[in-house]
Amino acid sequence: MAKMTMVQAINLALRQEMEKDDRVIVLGEDVGKDGGVFRVTDQLFEQFGENRVVDTPLAEAGIVGMSIGMAVYGLRPVCEIQFSGFAYQNFHQIENHASRLRWRTQGALSVPMVLRAPYGGGVRALEHHSESREAFWAHMPGLKMVIPSSPRNARALLVSAIRDPDPVIFYEPKALYRAFREEVPEKEETMPLGKSRIAREGEDLTLVAYGAMMRPTLEAAERLSEEDGLEAEVIDLLTIAPLDDELFVQSAKKTGHILVVHEAPRSFGPGGEIIARLVEKAFYYLEAPIHRVTGYDVIIPLFSREKHYIPHADRIVREARKMMAPV
Amino acid sequence: MPREKIEIPGQIDHLSILDKDGNLDKDLEPALPDDFLLKLYRTMVLGREFDARQLSLQRQGRIGTFPPITGQEAAHLGPAAVLRDSDWLVPSFRETVAELWRGRTIESILLANAGYNEGAEMKPDMNMMPISVPVGSQVIHAVGIGWAMKYRETDDLAMVFFGDGATSEGDFHEGINMAGVYDAPVIFVCQNNHWAISIPRSKQTRSKTIAQKAIAYGIAGIQVDGNDILATYAAAREAAERARSGGGPTLIECVTYRLRMHTTADDPKRYRTDEEVQGWEKQDPLLRYQKYLKAKGLLSDEEIVSISDAVKADIADAVKRAEERIKEIGDPGDAMSMFNHAYAEMHPYLQEQKDQLAAELTETVKEGDNG
Repeated sequence: MAKMTMVQAINLALRQEMEKDDRVIVLGEDVGKDGGVFRVTDQLFEQFGENRVVDTPLAEAGIVGMSIGMAVYGLRPVCEIQFSGFAYQNFHQIENHASRLRWRTQGALSVPMVLRAPYGGGVRALEHHSESREAFWAHMPGLKMVIPSSPRNARALLVSAIRDPDPVIFYEPKALYRAFREEVPEKEETMPLGKSRIAREGEDLTLVAYGAMMRPTLEAAERLSEEDGLEAEVIDLLTIAPLDDELFVQSAKKTGHILVVHEAPRSFGPGGEIIARLVEKAFYYLEAPIHRVTGYDVIIPLFSREKHYIPHADRIVREARKMMAPV
Repeated sequence: MPREKIEIPGQIDHLSILDKDGNLDKDLEPALPDDFLLKLYRTMVLGREFDARQLSLQRQGRIGTFPPITGQEAAHLGPAAVLRDSDWLVPSFRETVAELWRGRTIESILLANAGYNEGAEMKPDMNMMPISVPVGSQVIHAVGIGWAMKYRETDDLAMVFFGDGATSEGDFHEGINMAGVYDAPVIFVCQNNHWAISIPRSKQTRSKTIAQKAIAYGIAGIQVDGNDILATYAAAREAAERARSGGGPTLIECVTYRLRMHTTADDPKRYRTDEEVQGWEKQDPLLRYQKYLKAKGLLSDEEIVSISDAVKADIADAVKRAEERIKEIGDPGDAMSMFNHAYAEMHPYLQEQKDQLAAELTETVKEGDNG
């Protein structure tokens, strides 16, 4: 096994799926010769040529609209939107068509496409390059919304997303692109969409997170163990929609204390839905109000101040202690 | 030399073969078999009569809102008639005659317009997208389909329809631009019917023609008399030959007129004059084509009546079948079908919601029984 960054692992997924299946087409701005602004598609153009790795005009609705047409015709387009902050220019193509063509045609047509886009802050980027707006997509019936948290699961989830019969929005935590390496097997590996995982086992409280927030959340869990003797169970959602509530509901029944962490703004964020599910399915097991550590309901500040917006381990530890304090 | 004139390639022709009175320009007449010409006529009559029937069904509350097509039959049937089975048609929402030509049934349109998803059922080999309501958004899909056809090394093409209003949408420009960049086999057919609800063509763009927008994107463009089915057919055939032989996309502007309302929810008297409408009624594409067929000896007065009667009978049968189907589908028993085709595979929380509706419907029935 090779140790890979998330960028390399995603590249591996794309390369292997393209080798295996000539329906898989990569398209987007600068994905060809340039290999993508984050180099996620590096060397794919050289290996597969301009008919498989398609540089597009600067037109997000065009990229997604074309992907819809390609998918309906029987291809498996994987389009890249350079930053998720530019995906609003193709929002209508997903809401009006990609997510509902299967329904509109009562199953006659479908749109097996993947939209990849880097999301989230922490890389000292410009405005529009740091947002975490997964809730927009998670709210759309007919769509799947996936956010990996490590090189290995990014690779496995992307392979599954490419093979999925429905459209998938695949948000890549750009803060993790090169943050750490992980063993990624060369041999094909997939992970089911719509399934969360237990990232750390514990008995005392449950932390629910995903994507770039997994690192500060796991760090907080270690500190709570070392400094407070509290063992946190950490759930990594992996898929935001359809949301798998099984593991976090189970965990809530065990610990009675839940803290949800996300980078997205607090109001109407994924935490709202997670908490609603807990209220529906585990209310009588809860021993304390559910807490949230999230981005604030503001535009993420320019990068000199972003560290105060993006949840970090200290904030999570503090909030967990508040939650665990005897009333 | 600091400042020189740049020669921009491209020119825009206007094509008309049958004039307003049905007189033929023999040099331009496309050579088409008699039975094909009559099939076109019958389909146009079907579109016209179906519109009239649907208007009365809508007024009686038997179907919901729909967009009438009267006056635009030639503008969309002519181009669609050029397509082969393996080509794709990407409609907007006012190309009913093209959809019927392509094999969609009258009954399915009635079901859809009566508010039943069952009306969207499509044969898998129809090679047609469903109607697209968000204006202009379908334009790019045709480019993706065309790109894929080229990738698969076929000589098929994708034909997409949209109105004059759609040419103000970004998606139109992104689509036509990308088709040009990839030399995609796509025919863009604009139904310039002069009105986007209440906004006249002159307020959509300052351009003299819509066809000339092709020049900016480096593709072929032509304006045709959209009420002349020979012209719309001929222009599309030329575009199809270009697309199939690797010559790339074409923008065809069919100049036509929406004789009725935008949809049945619209009152055009608020924004346009009767005189204007009457002027266009005189240019009726159906009457013009009738004159041509009569002059060619392909159609008699008796046949005009018999074709109209036969079409009306087909429509009446379809209305009957659609209403029987609606009865069969029932209400609320089939409300559960709203959960069908949301995803290829139902996810657990959606299943929970489906079970919830099932329970609710059972409760409703029980309460009804008790009452």
